Amino acid sequence: MIGQIIQAVLLGGYYALTAAGLTFMLQVMRVINLAHGSLSIAFAYAVYTLAFRYHINPFLGLLMVLPVAAAVGWALQRLLLERAARGGELLPILSTFGLAIVLDNVMFQIFGANAKGLAQFLGDLSFAAYELPGKLYVGKLPVWILAAAVCVLGGLHLMLTRTGLGRRIRATAMDPVTAGLVGVDARQSAAIAAAIAMMMVAMSGVALGFRTVFDAYAGGPQLLFAFEATIIGGARSLWGVFVGAMVLAFAQTGAAMLHPQAFLLGGHVMFLVVLFARLALGQGSLGTRLRQVVRGA
Amino acid sequence: MGLLSVAALDVRYGQFRAVRGVSLDIARGEVVALIGANGAGKTTFLRAVAGAVPVAGGTVRLDGRDVTDLPAQARVAAGLALVPEGRKLFADMTVEENLALGATVGRAGDWTMERVFATFPNLVKRRHARCGHLSGGEQQATAIGRALMSNPDVLILDEVSLGLSPLVVDQVYASLEGLMASGATIVLVEQALARAMAVASRAVCMLEGEIVLDKPMADTSREEITAAHFGLGRSKGARA
Repeated sequence: MIGQIIQAVLLGGYYALTAAGLTFMLQVMRVINLAHGSLSIAFAYAVYTLAFRYHINPFLGLLMVLPVAAAVGWALQRLLLERAARGGELLPILSTFGLAIVLDNVMFQIFGANAKGLAQFLGDLSFAAYELPGKLYVGKLPVWILAAAVCVLGGLHLMLTRTGLGRRIRATAMDPVTAGLVGVDARQSAAIAAAIAMMMVAMSGVALGFRTVFDAYAGGPQLLFAFEATIIGGARSLWGVFVGAMVLAFAQTGAAMLHPQAFLLGGHVMFLVVLFARLALGQGSLGTRLRQVVRGA
Repeated sequence: MGLLSVAALDVRYGQFRAVRGVSLDIARGEVVALIGANGAGKTTFLRAVAGAVPVAGGTVRLDGRDVTDLPAQARVAAGLALVPEGRKLFADMTVEENLALGATVGRAGDWTMERVFATFPNLVKRRHARCGHLSGGEQQATAIGRALMSNPDVLILDEVSLGLSPLVVDQVYASLEGLMASGATIVLVEQALARAMAVASRAVCMLEGEIVLDKPMADTSREEITAAHFGLGRSKGARA
């Protein structure tokens, strides 16, 4: 039982890491990035290639991929989302949907159908464990991933609340036109936010590669988990995301204890319960309530 | 040419021309009251001048420099600040954070956070309060302070008394008095005609997107402005 709880917390750490990037994009750019999962898999493949071809340690590989991810995020915002936004509210979301399909199939073309993992490049670390009192063993990697999630969310929170850049990003998220009137370059702030979000996406992709194996079409489920954690957490604050990720992980783990195949179902049921509870208990018209669920405001 | 010079400005919302060929030249140190009924195009005109609304034609010059194609934040950097109608504060942020955002462009000048707090003493104890929790007067003071933090050459105040009690409006204007006396260039929209006539040196009336009256306050009268406000003179002219 305690073992299950620990596993759920560790799984929640991974979900928090993957949901953080999605939530950040949603808050600042008001876009649900449907290419979120596919992009994270693309970065995982990048680190895999560096490790497989050039024998670069995946941690070092991630450090090398992070600046690339930032550039991808910047380009995504400036070249795709910003332009698509001129065509209406729905177009950016559709563009990310298209991007996801393209990415998935390009990755399938290049890397084929065989599942790949990053754990094989880590040597002993892939199965190393901490021993807890009571003969409980906890894998080192999941613990590190949880720690990384806490550090990333905490660091981002500090950046948003304590720095000038964070203030400008928050102002842009709340009201880009007024941000401009105050002297904030809203386009630049949004592009920087997208760059930061994409670095988190790269981290979550590598975390997935450490935890398990992935293939070209693994992005979809990752997007789904990130989205569920975001909505359960209230889509408002980064700590809400953390709570949402934990709730999702506990629901999945709990359901799996009842029946081994109910793992995914448990998460989906929890998501739907929270979603409908919010819709039922919210105030205003159905449209307003839906907006509250997604935007948290 | 004045400090702020607008020539033949056109703003359209689809087929609707909200601002029709407006030209306005404002010299340094002038306090201009922009008067007009709701829907006359005052706010749209000012937002277009500040760069928050795209223009369909015409030019905006600031100190001789053409800023028509510049985004809003570049106009702030060039010395133009707008206190928007409805205050538009970042409600989740504290007073201090809102003020700090105003200093983003980093223009040199003597407005600092401490000076804003000295000018609006009612904000001092609300320094770390979220703006969404402030009273209307405190919010308006924060919005004006935020604009002043950019050390503007031209300050545009759009309906600063909207939704405030008369007492609070008095307070807001009292704190603006020093600013106006110091030779600042100000454009303000004010519904209360008596107040507009008291503080401004020049009256500009807008009607249906056009300027119908533009005179020094000393040369005009309450009757003339009222007539322009309702378009009385114009319909009489049309009939004649």
